[in-house]
Amino acid sequence: MSALSSELDHNLVLENVQGVKQFLTFIMAEEEYGVDILTVQEIRSWEEITAIPNAPDYVKGVINLRGTIVPILDLRLRFGLPYIEYGGLTVVIVVKVECAQQSKIMGMAVDAVSDVYSIMEQDAKMVPSFTESDNSEFVAGLVNVGEKMVALLDLKKAMDI
Amino acid sequence: MSIDLSQFFEVFFEESFEGLDAMEAELLNLVPGEEDSETINTIFRAAHSIKGGSGTFGFDSVAEFTHVLETLLDEVREGKRTLTTELVNLLLKSVDCLRALLSALQAEQALDLSESIELRKQFEKILALDDTPSTQANTITDTVVEVNTYQIDFKPHHHLFKTGNEPLYMISELAELGDLEIVAFHSEVPDITDLSADDCFLSWRFFLNTDKPEQAISEIFEWVEDDADITIALCGGLFSDDEQPKQSKEAQTIESSKVNTSVSKNTAPEVKAAINAKVSAPATAVESTSIRVGIDKVDSLINMVGELVITQAMLSQLGEQEITEATLASLQEGLAQLAHNTRDLQENVMRIRMLPISFVFSRFPRLVRDISQKLNKQVELKLIGEQTELDKTVMEKISDPMVHLVRNSLDHGLETVEQRIASGKDPVGIVTLNAFHQGGNIVIEIMDDGQGLNTQKIKQKAITNRLINETDELSDNEINELIFMPGFSTADEVSDLSGRGVGMDVVRRNIQSLNGSVEVTSASGVGSTFTIRLPLTLAILDGQLVRVAKHTYIIPLISIVESLQIDITKVSRVGKDLDVLRLRDEYIPILRLYQIFNHQDAIETLDKTLLVVVESDNQKIGLLVDDLLSQQQVVIKSLEANYQKVDGVSGATILGDGRVSLIVDISGLIKLSGLRKPGSQELIVESQANLEAS
Repeated sequence: MSALSSELDHNLVLENVQGVKQFLTFIMAEEEYGVDILTVQEIRSWEEITAIPNAPDYVKGVINLRGTIVPILDLRLRFGLPYIEYGGLTVVIVVKVECAQQSKIMGMAVDAVSDVYSIMEQDAKMVPSFTESDNSEFVAGLVNVGEKMVALLDLKKAMDI
Repeated sequence: MSIDLSQFFEVFFEESFEGLDAMEAELLNLVPGEEDSETINTIFRAAHSIKGGSGTFGFDSVAEFTHVLETLLDEVREGKRTLTTELVNLLLKSVDCLRALLSALQAEQALDLSESIELRKQFEKILALDDTPSTQANTITDTVVEVNTYQIDFKPHHHLFKTGNEPLYMISELAELGDLEIVAFHSEVPDITDLSADDCFLSWRFFLNTDKPEQAISEIFEWVEDDADITIALCGGLFSDDEQPKQSKEAQTIESSKVNTSVSKNTAPEVKAAINAKVSAPATAVESTSIRVGIDKVDSLINMVGELVITQAMLSQLGEQEITEATLASLQEGLAQLAHNTRDLQENVMRIRMLPISFVFSRFPRLVRDISQKLNKQVELKLIGEQTELDKTVMEKISDPMVHLVRNSLDHGLETVEQRIASGKDPVGIVTLNAFHQGGNIVIEIMDDGQGLNTQKIKQKAITNRLINETDELSDNEINELIFMPGFSTADEVSDLSGRGVGMDVVRRNIQSLNGSVEVTSASGVGSTFTIRLPLTLAILDGQLVRVAKHTYIIPLISIVESLQIDITKVSRVGKDLDVLRLRDEYIPILRLYQIFNHQDAIETLDKTLLVVVESDNQKIGLLVDDLLSQQQVVIKSLEANYQKVDGVSGATILGDGRVSLIVDISGLIKLSGLRKPGSQELIVESQANLEAS
């Protein structure tokens, strides 16, 4: 109990420090990824979706978000990870992406949401550039949180379609 | 205390543009030689308010220019000058010039004063030249009597202060004119207990020694004419009797001008202001982003929202109760009421965007006048159905194509006076603009009683331009359709009005981008009619819901020709994978929607499946669908806002159950499928080659 409250205090203190950002993390293929929490609009469960003709495979379609048409990307497919059936934990994180002077509302389907961390921006490490995998370009940096490693998402690149 | 005047700029510009429109309209109504005083007054008032406003806001160039205009009009008003056609032309030019100046000011651009200076010179020349003896006599008497003593009685009404006037300022202004003696009357000041600080109980008598004309004095009191009793008289018994009536007459005109402006405010041609800006100053792109709405429309909206709130309260109350038979019934009733409220609300919100088409029509009298003068033709313009309403966005986009069509009618359609007399017609040609509602569409007809389209000439031209082959047999209608082809113009000479061949295809494309259509019918020697059909609004579309595999798509009802079950015996295969259906005497290519859209698990066989025949760009295609669902009005939502343009899809909508459904874009679909119009492929290549050669 006291540990929890001290952690909370720690978070609160950190929030006031310059350069600290909060990140929402989610799980995809056992790995943890983070997005800036300020870009997150809402988290929804997976729902029936309207397919878009001739769209790339990672664009699953569009949904009706209170009257707005919002496209949903499957982040697994976007990252070149194997496709899995959507289940009860599958969630759609709706984010606001700033691109080319306008902001777009988009959703990304991920395996599950995980946690919220406060992270010092300068703690983020550059991604090793020699990596062979396709998805390294979508990752802005890597951070250690306790024992775990979290990949911080470069939203602009990941959602650029 | 200083007030930031810039907050009133927008209002000033709006009102000035309205004033200019009024001036223009009245000038066009004028028949030289028999001008009616009310018309002149309207023109004068408009010029006067623009002068006043621009002076207040520090737009001196406009104020100075209008001043000259006003002086001239004043002389016309007082009957010292008659309006000639040249003068009307000059005045119309100055309206254009003022419009350009004001648009430049509105867009905060540098002013191009050359035209206004030029016009001003012309006006001043006219004013100086014809300085009639009577005005000269006036100035002489003014100068002969060098110093006059005036007795001025100034008795303000009690409410003077409430109108924001301060007598002290007027008195000090009077003092500037010469030696001033003041007598104040305070007999009316009540007892201190009854005294109201907001009322004016004082009155004054001034004796003024001045060399200035009487007019200078009356100008000082100009603003309080309605709020005070004012008499100005020459001392020494020389009471000019005509002064008082003149005063009251002026007061009258001022009053009526007030009424006039308030009326014109209600009808608010803001759209026009934007259009005018476009016409007169090509560099400025002042888009009107606001819309004026009649108070009745807003009131009815408020009423409806009130009803909606009541219904909502009722429903939420029901929601808290236990569900029984009785509550279920009233729940259903409440939901029905909710549906009713929503529909009413939707209709009314749509009505807000609707404006009468007179906003577009009103620019044509001027256009027709100018062009007919240039072409030396006599033209009468008839406007019918000016009150027909349509969506503001549609209206803004339809005006350019209409201008083009009207120009064409004047230039190509109508004959010259001699030709008309020779063919036994009235020398005055008639161009009619007619607007009316038909179904969910607005129809605009542009008719002329000219020579009609010359089918021989068009065909010849089309052959030389290689749009058709010499051997092609075409009906008259098909020939008329050719004028909408890119790169087509029959004008023998390229004039600045038309003839560059970039006309009708652009007109058609613009109208099609509004989901509309344009057709032409013509009879040789009788005239031609262009018919534009447009949806009332761009936000709502009548759609046919169809099922393709497990997906629901919407096909715009306007593009559907018919839906039918395929008779397999009439289908033949052309080439590798194109199926063609023989329908009556036409061959219709069959497009499999599921294939184009890359969907799996649809019906593959053609037998007994449904075909929706649609038309776009004069090309018919058949869309293979799995099922026809209901027809309904859908609200168009943009896909591009959060995603990107999708080929073959024009937008999305939300169905009653909350699901998203995509709207099929027929012309995009044709492109996507790679179908071409018969024979058009080589055509494109050749016209490109022509372009390169030239």
